[in-house]
Amino acid sequence: MGMIGIQTLEKDSSLNSAMDDRVVSEDLKDKADPVTIKTADQWGSYLEAIKSTHDVAAFEALFGHFAPRIKSFLLKSGADTNLAEECAQEVMVTVWNKAHLFDPTRASAATWIFTIARNKKIDALRKASRPEPDELPWGPDHEPDQTDVIALQQETDRLGRALAELPEKQRKLIERAYFGDLSHRELADETGLPLGTIKSRIRLALEKLRHAMS
Amino acid sequence: MTPQPITHHIDDALLMAYSAGTLPEAFSLAIATHISMCDECRATLESFDAVGGQVMEDQSPVTMNDDAFAKTMAMVGKQSIQRPKPANDIPSVLAGYIGGSLDDVEWRALGGGIKQKIILAGGDATARLLYIPAGQSAPDHGHSGMELTLVLRGAFKDETGHYRAGDIEITDDSVEHTPIADMGEDCVCLAVTEAPIRFTSVFYRALQPFFKI
Ligand SMILES: [Zn+2]
Repeated sequence: MGMIGIQTLEKDSSLNSAMDDRVVSEDLKDKADPVTIKTADQWGSYLEAIKSTHDVAAFEALFGHFAPRIKSFLLKSGADTNLAEECAQEVMVTVWNKAHLFDPTRASAATWIFTIARNKKIDALRKASRPEPDELPWGPDHEPDQTDVIALQQETDRLGRALAELPEKQRKLIERAYFGDLSHRELADETGLPLGTIKSRIRLALEKLRHAMS
Repeated sequence: MTPQPITHHIDDALLMAYSAGTLPEAFSLAIATHISMCDECRATLESFDAVGGQVMEDQSPVTMNDDAFAKTMAMVGKQSIQRPKPANDIPSVLAGYIGGSLDDVEWRALGGGIKQKIILAGGDATARLLYIPAGQSAPDHGHSGMELTLVLRGAFKDETGHYRAGDIEITDDSVEHTPIADMGEDCVCLAVTEAPIRFTSVFYRALQPFFKI
């Protein structure tokens, strides 16, 4: 498998818990499971490890966590089992290849991987491409400011909790929008969209953009 | 790229649908072009992407095949990453569809000095560039469904407001509007309309029992 001579992460407890999460993930039905929440923040540092040292162990941990969820997401979006499996693998290939573009001050690992999975979904299921906004003139080459990274992690946690605490009906509505079961017209007609849950996330992102451009 | 602040933005439902990846390509093109010029909508999009990330995160995992990781490792490093070419006067994402800058467009005259160029005609939506000379009003185009009009150069005014470079107007078929280009500079817009596909699909649905299609 070509893993000889490649650096591995130290066997620290966070990696172990990630591995555990992979092994037991089939049983993690409870959305508020403390293991899932606790490990949510470390995935970004695994992406950093892939970026800086091509760390295969970090990639395997990411794969163990995200590939089964990408597959699940694609199945619910209308892919058959073979296509979902194939696409989940291809998404993870892109995660490895583009790890150097990951910017932890602007997206969590889950957010960033979602955007790759979403684009793969459009490509594979709709045979279309997705026009992407231009990249900002400042890329992820700069050393990420840890204060910004932590602020984003906290905001991501808050968003996760807010979504988890939504009434079932509203949460299902959001899921349906992301699975493609809801057209933009239906979305526009939908008055129950809980947009308040993302307002502070938007403010943070805007501050970050304005700060970086000035 | 934007001299004045942008005052007309993309609404939340459209940004969420763009984040989810469920819009026709022509609509996505107008939205991606606007976001390239607009920090506010970029920040909102990034937040909707975070919602998408959370939705994906919350899915019950589905077991991958036994050889999935090995197959993935065998593929890494083999995808090509293309870099979009930079454009001078418009966002690169749009330049990619036009094949250059606004000055290179091969316009088709519509009469009265107004010109257009269709740049994307999909099954469900059409994207075109519209050229309206300064002071002129745009032709009465009876569109059905939603229309997005993004100003790329110059400015126009209609019953709903004043739109300058970077602003996007979102209308549905209930809105009657006659855009008039500002004096002083010719106006160039990216206009996206839904194709009238409803009739066709109903027609085909009606035929289904007879032809077993
Ligand atoms: Zn905007």
